[in-house]
Amino acid sequence: MRSRTVPQPSMSFEYIMWMFTRISGLALLFMGAVGLVMAFIMGGRELLDMPTLARWTFFPNPNHVVNSDIPDVTQGWANAYWQIMQIVIAFFGISHGFNGLRVVIEDYIGNTIWQPMLRGLIFLVWLFFMIMAVFVILAS
Amino acid sequence: MAVKPQTWWQGWRYRGGGTMIAWLLHRIGGLAMVLFVGMHVFASFLTQQFGSDVGTAINIVYESPYFQAPLYFLVIFHALNGLRIILLDTFPKLLEYQREVTWLQWIVFIPLYGLAVFFIVARILSGE
Repeated sequence: MRSRTVPQPSMSFEYIMWMFTRISGLALLFMGAVGLVMAFIMGGRELLDMPTLARWTFFPNPNHVVNSDIPDVTQGWANAYWQIMQIVIAFFGISHGFNGLRVVIEDYIGNTIWQPMLRGLIFLVWLFFMIMAVFVILAS
Repeated sequence: MAVKPQTWWQGWRYRGGGTMIAWLLHRIGGLAMVLFVGMHVFASFLTQQFGSDVGTAINIVYESPYFQAPLYFLVIFHALNGLRIILLDTFPKLLEYQREVTWLQWIVFIPLYGLAVFFIVARILSGE
């Protein structure tokens, strides 16, 4: 069996989102690893509890980790570095997720009038969640 | 191969092969994560801004080990499967070894998920 030849893709919306899915997926893995290692360095080595680990890994926000008895949450996490990290993680995560939702939905509805309507709806929901996530990060 | 018009559930029918299972689990995991992360962001917004009990109630569900175990299965599988897809897209020659790579993916997945399950079960046994 030979691998098939793929025609050179043009810069369409689908191609850009295809690239974005891959780049954001890798970025999420990388940033999750950074969050996890930094949390271990900052004194989490003895709290091996999965919900807490997931919180540090993907959303290290002082408001968010507050009910998972970590020592000195606000000291370590309430600074510009973690806020920027959180905003980037939230952007990649929410965009990756809603683009995936769009791909799944468009797989099943095909090329009907519903496609642009659902695209618009998903865009609005994406915008809503982005604004909400950035608001939570900056207000905490 | 001509694509016949199909009803939506026919796309989910099992057609055999480990890669079909991987595709299906990737999709289910992705949808589950959109729902989970979306509700989680919404809950933290409610807790922070209004101090509402809804956020705390959702958090109790999220922190329960019986919710964590399937969630970690889907998350770790989605991450590894995404890596496999990126790898095979970047080096299309490896597509010849699609089956072997899918098996390799399970070989990497089982110890990682086993570690997660170990911590989850240890938490249940410690009675928290």
